[in-house]
Amino acid sequence: MNKSLKKLDGERLLLGLAAPVLAVVTALVVTALVLLASGKDPFQAFSEMLDYGSKADSQVYILNKATTYYLAGLAVALGFRMNLFNIGVDGQYRMAAFFAAVVGAQLHLPGVLHVLVIVLVAMLVGAMWAGIAGALKVTRGVSEVISTIMLNAIATYLISYLLNPSRLANLDSSGNVATPLIPDSGHFFSFATKGGPLWGFLLVAVVAGVAFWWGLSRTRFGFDLRTAGGSDSAALASGVNVRRMVVTAMLISGAMAGLVGMPELLNNSYQYSLNFPAGVGFTGISVALLGRNNPIGVAVGALLWAFIERATGHLEMAGYDKEIAGVIQGVIVLAVVVAYELVRRYGLRRQQSRVGRELAAQAVQTQNQEVPA
Amino acid sequence: MRRVTKLAAVVLSGSLGIATLAACGSTSDSSSTTTSPSGSAGAGAAGGGVKVGMAYDIGGRGDQSFNDSAARGLDQAKQQLGVATKELSAGANETPADKTQRLKDLAEAGYSPIIAIGFSYADAVKTVAKEHPNTKFAIVDSVVDAPNVTSLVFTEEQSSYLAGVAAAAKSKTHKIGFIGGVNVPLINKFEAGFTAGVKATDPSATVTPQYLSQPPDFKGFTSPDLGKAAAQGMLDKGVDVVYAAAGSSGNGAIEAVAAKKAWAIGVDSDQYKQDALAKSRDAILTSAIKNVDVAVFDFIKSVKDGSAKTGTVTFDLKSGGVGYSKTNTAALDAATVAKIEKAKQDIIDGKVTPPTTVKQ
Repeated sequence: MNKSLKKLDGERLLLGLAAPVLAVVTALVVTALVLLASGKDPFQAFSEMLDYGSKADSQVYILNKATTYYLAGLAVALGFRMNLFNIGVDGQYRMAAFFAAVVGAQLHLPGVLHVLVIVLVAMLVGAMWAGIAGALKVTRGVSEVISTIMLNAIATYLISYLLNPSRLANLDSSGNVATPLIPDSGHFFSFATKGGPLWGFLLVAVVAGVAFWWGLSRTRFGFDLRTAGGSDSAALASGVNVRRMVVTAMLISGAMAGLVGMPELLNNSYQYSLNFPAGVGFTGISVALLGRNNPIGVAVGALLWAFIERATGHLEMAGYDKEIAGVIQGVIVLAVVVAYELVRRYGLRRQQSRVGRELAAQAVQTQNQEVPA
Repeated sequence: MRRVTKLAAVVLSGSLGIATLAACGSTSDSSSTTTSPSGSAGAGAAGGGVKVGMAYDIGGRGDQSFNDSAARGLDQAKQQLGVATKELSAGANETPADKTQRLKDLAEAGYSPIIAIGFSYADAVKTVAKEHPNTKFAIVDSVVDAPNVTSLVFTEEQSSYLAGVAAAAKSKTHKIGFIGGVNVPLINKFEAGFTAGVKATDPSATVTPQYLSQPPDFKGFTSPDLGKAAAQGMLDKGVDVVYAAAGSSGNGAIEAVAAKKAWAIGVDSDQYKQDALAKSRDAILTSAIKNVDVAVFDFIKSVKDGSAKTGTVTFDLKSGGVGYSKTNTAALDAATVAKIEKAKQDIIDGKVTPPTTVKQ
């Protein structure tokens, strides 16, 4: 019995790995076909990508970018676990980063405290912005998909209203509009490496990942959240306040989204300007899908995404079409969804046939035992 | 095996700097120390072989807007000066690191000059220019202060002021519309100059400004449907002259205006001569010209001749870097032209200084 359990686990692991591997291989094949169709040698392209993507400075770039994507992925995954589709991560992190930048520039606090205040402001703003969608859902029954999309647009307009030389920002000589710079005490540390500065916020992302895992799988709260995500009525029957769960999940997802802009703000730009990265929230959705809402899976997804962007960014330089990056990313997401479903069905069928076999064997055994009697 | 030979072939061909990157060095930077000096030396040596690297803003070549205008200058340089070119464009959701890397790639591959289009490259140019002091850089629409950077800026408020004079002279309803692509300081400059020109000519006239999108959403530069809808809304309210500084979105605005037999004012290039707008061109009163192509071409030429200016080069009415078009002679009567010419002279003489920012 013990032995068969072990075997089952090994098989589950294998099946779990099969899906993403299948997806990536499919994506490679499709991309190769697209490259062939455009008259280019796909193997050359892949080797260029691998060569360039594995350089020291590429690695640093990938880790820095993946830090941002990972936090975005976690924010989305948290909603998914609760069966909430938080499309609003995009607006939440931009609002959060903007207000954090504004507050951070006004403060003069000793180092650690300064950073802490900025990060807390960001999480608070992110949580509040997401909380609106949560409150609307439980009080008025508004689908969070609709409300978060709307809130994204509102965030865009609100920020561009405030990010104005006559309000909270300045016009600089280069023609950019930016909030004042956050003083040195509000900068996050980074590691000096051969490939350039590696953002220290990476550590925060790791902590966030561990907290995500621990909170969801090792606490009563996580259990309630997953139950409520699985089935409203079952959760209600077991005494979980589903409405409160919805609001809480939205708040936490928003707070996590608040962290998304922090690596860029505290490790690189130190201000919110017209150049502040946009659209990361949507990348987070892809990354969360890729990682199946699992903290380790999301990390792999974030790294893969950053790698593809880095490596394909260079392909244009080598004479390939830039759009190939979008093709690869799109195909991977599609392939992941299909592959997981295929592997799930395959696993289910194997399980069914094994159970069938064992039952049959048992039946034969009982029959054999019955014969002598 | 086949792959290896191909790789070797690329390394040998050597024209692409990337070959050097693939072949050696553990960071893409480490190879730069060898590539970049030889690259800039090679620029002067090989058959006048100037290698121009061009980094476009979002939209890239084919945006029917200022990226395209820059591309025209590059094409002209390719034809007339025989320079080699490499064009890279920005992706949708970029971080500053991507822009820096793009310029770095070009610099490490030995491209010089490297021309960056748009203010969003300012920080990237600043960083990469410092790392590659032997490479020449230019940035359009922004100012970067470094010894090897030439900043190519335009006084759009001056040409827009003239457009405002023309609009006020032709408007019968005294209601004039301004359509801006995206609400950024660069486009605010157009609005500020335009409004000042209108007010100076006809104090009773009102200017209704409308922006098609807010940053970081830049679709306002590339959505003719949005331009059309905005123009229609203005026309319905009695506006009879519309000035659109909105990239290809402006084409939609011009079409809507032409259908209503009102006046439209084009932007950047002489839109009266654009094939895509041939049907609507009778409605195009004039265009506020911004010669990005001339600026790009002249810069490349000056680098080739070894007489490149550094610092800020301003393209204004005086130098002919900005201006207005007179091709639609049926629309621009002598009295209107006289008014515009007078305003032009006033600006050149320094009697009038159009504002560059708007109160929002």
